[in-house]
Amino acid sequence: MRAEIHPMSTLLDSAVRKICKSFDNDPTRLLDVARAVQEKYRCVSDEAVDVIAQVLHLPRVTVESLVSFYAFLSREKQGRVIIRLCDDVIDRMHGYDRVLAVFREELGIEVGETTSDGNITLERTACIGMSDQAPAALINDVVVTRLNSDRAREIVRELREHMDPNRLVRTYGRGNNAHDLVRSMVHNNIQTEPLVLLSAINRCGAIRKALSLRPVEVIRAVKAARLRGRGGAGFPCGMKWEFTRAADGEQKVVICNADEGEPGTFKDRILLTEYPDRVFAGMTIAGYAIGAQEGILYLRAEYAYLRAFLEDVLQKRREDGLLGDGILGRDDVSFDIRIQMGAGAYVCGEETALISSCEGTRGDPKNRPPFPAQHGYLGRPTSVNNVETLCCVTKIMEEGAAAFSQYGTKQSSGTKLLSISGDCRRPGVYELPFGTTLREVLALCDADDAIAVQVGGPSGQMVGPEHYDRQICFDDLATGGSIMTFGPGRDLLEVVSGFLEFFEDESCGYCTPCRVGTVLLKEAVDRVRADLCEPLDIERFEEMGTMMKAMSRCGLGQTAPNPVLSTLENFPALYAGCNKVDSDGYRRSFDLEASLSEARAIRGGHPEAATNGKGGPQ
Amino acid sequence: MSTQVTITIDGAEITAAVGQTIIEAADAAGVYIPRLCHKPGLDAFGGCRVCTVTANGRPCSACTQPVMPGMIVQNDTEKLRDFRKTLVEMMFVEGNHFCMFCEKSGGCELQALGYRMGIDVPRFPFLFPKRDVDASHPDILVDHNRCILCARCIRTSRDVDGKQVFDFVGRGAHKRVAVRTGTRLADSDAEVSDAAVEACPVGALLKKRVGYTTPIGARRYDHEPIGSDIENGEEN
Repeated sequence: MRAEIHPMSTLLDSAVRKICKSFDNDPTRLLDVARAVQEKYRCVSDEAVDVIAQVLHLPRVTVESLVSFYAFLSREKQGRVIIRLCDDVIDRMHGYDRVLAVFREELGIEVGETTSDGNITLERTACIGMSDQAPAALINDVVVTRLNSDRAREIVRELREHMDPNRLVRTYGRGNNAHDLVRSMVHNNIQTEPLVLLSAINRCGAIRKALSLRPVEVIRAVKAARLRGRGGAGFPCGMKWEFTRAADGEQKVVICNADEGEPGTFKDRILLTEYPDRVFAGMTIAGYAIGAQEGILYLRAEYAYLRAFLEDVLQKRREDGLLGDGILGRDDVSFDIRIQMGAGAYVCGEETALISSCEGTRGDPKNRPPFPAQHGYLGRPTSVNNVETLCCVTKIMEEGAAAFSQYGTKQSSGTKLLSISGDCRRPGVYELPFGTTLREVLALCDADDAIAVQVGGPSGQMVGPEHYDRQICFDDLATGGSIMTFGPGRDLLEVVSGFLEFFEDESCGYCTPCRVGTVLLKEAVDRVRADLCEPLDIERFEEMGTMMKAMSRCGLGQTAPNPVLSTLENFPALYAGCNKVDSDGYRRSFDLEASLSEARAIRGGHPEAATNGKGGPQ
Repeated sequence: MSTQVTITIDGAEITAAVGQTIIEAADAAGVYIPRLCHKPGLDAFGGCRVCTVTANGRPCSACTQPVMPGMIVQNDTEKLRDFRKTLVEMMFVEGNHFCMFCEKSGGCELQALGYRMGIDVPRFPFLFPKRDVDASHPDILVDHNRCILCARCIRTSRDVDGKQVFDFVGRGAHKRVAVRTGTRLADSDAEVSDAAVEACPVGALLKKRVGYTTPIGARRYDHEPIGSDIENGEEN
């Protein structure tokens, strides 16, 4: 039954209606509506759900379903300030535990709770794209980096004084981090000389060049440059555009995937901060090539601090005739871009889940076929491209396919941006030609002593020194950009367990192999860590892992077992404990005392009643 | 353009209609592909993944993949049988299933699939999740302990009953089926005559006061394993 609307809630009622109206009461903008309500009321309450459902003509449970899906939306009232401490493997290596302990102690609350005055909420969140300056946290939309116990203590004290997260930022990072609309302490940490993508910007040269060609010629140039998608999968960009261009449909769409959620990836942060014109030019060129007038930049919620700045860049491009109707005076060319904010869900980096999210629903991946190129955003043929891929497009237009493909290998042309973090003395963003060996990478970032490197984030693979002569490229060590280095003394199984915890948290739950498999793999690895495993476990790891790879519905589940499978292959010694058998013949995972404790508690003063006294079976 | 295509499943050629999915074509040809979330007449969901086959060498769910001319499908292979068995075992440990007391026993598709696959005991540790029972409705019981998140009730309520009583909330291991108008089924417009109640393959949605009425020996899967109707060419 609907809650009765009583006078106290009429304020909320009219405010929520106003928010809905600002999105034209469009049910496909439900995510934006929910985000706006969350921001205003610090939750999406029962009453708000009722109003939204009524105004957008949606079943109530559809609204609840969406709110329950995204980590940055909440049904319960949160504090005026939300501290989201970044909890991933890299942050844990750099003191996450100590920082968390201080926050808990100073605030007097546990993770997920709000102080009794309703002011501050403490949360943990997956990688926020700051692994090069970990430990980091989001305080509302404000990024704070390089935390330690002292700084955490100060932050709580300062917040209690003024409750203004912006005032926590004392010095700004270089470049646009100091821009009036950004004002962030985030550092770019660009560690290599400009090569291709990180070179000086030419604001309209690429678009001018593209418009001098026919759309099919633009696609031909992209194909000639052998450009492959930079998100990790490496699908040929020109082919994707060709499919989208050829698909039936009046309206077509270009979506730029700026949801880099793979832990340890932060290279798009640099492109969005310092080269947004290159990104938007790439989207515009894509639009021209496939015949789309509509562009969406899907920006992860963690990068909300860049939103006002990016909106401003878009506005300037409109004013300069680089966006909107009649681009560069060509009446037949129109293209505009809106920013869709995410709300905290790693799976939305998967292109069909990202489309679901843009449509204002849960970020569930979609069934394929149909593929986005035929049936994407709101059923329209859609090309989803990575931020870096689109920057490559701009460069290909500016300097030609040959200049672009002079770098790299035959199968992997051009350069790759790497986000390097972990145990290295020079963490940051590196632009290197494809084909660079891991050994060269480690020398550059000063991590020669690495005992292991995670290439491609948790969904990639962990390799050891015997693999350091392998190349970074699509056909050898593929990566969307994440490179995590682990120095001597690191507990690699702890790393594996951390990665599995990430997948468990981020599985959307749609399909069985991923939903259950991530939980079971984590449980089993933790048993290995506790020295409670057995030979059969190894068999099951392989069985479950290969099954998840083959049977999961999307890339998340298909790659979720990689932390286990790649360490089983490359670091078998980690699992040596599984070969032990206990002398009493019990399975090592079976703890007789623990198993009987409940029965004992029930029976009270008769412990002998639960066993035969010797601890063996009756 | 021809409206018929030929595909092979495990080496046997079958004729399929253009636009059919692999599972529809297989059903019509009397070839059983194990499944749980698929139900004829409902939009394909592709969530349980039990019907995963390989088509031209690539794994895909047979309930969502349309047939293509000359497609080569592998269904009953040792590897896929193992994978499916692992998957069904996962479903048993994910929820709290108690076949011996369950009203659905003998008519439960999950249990029947377990028998068909020769599962005696799952090889994985039980997760024993804490889940709710909603007995608020006078005629229908919702037991989330036995739910496998197949979305059949959601789809049936929406597309057959025209009510949209259910939807998913939460994500990952916390995902569950929720009721449209609040938290209790009693507050919704669900009725015992809804097709959604019948659509549940397990004992998560049950009609009250009719449990155990079918004697052992006369229950749906007591004599023939699940899938026999398809293999025998009967309508299902």
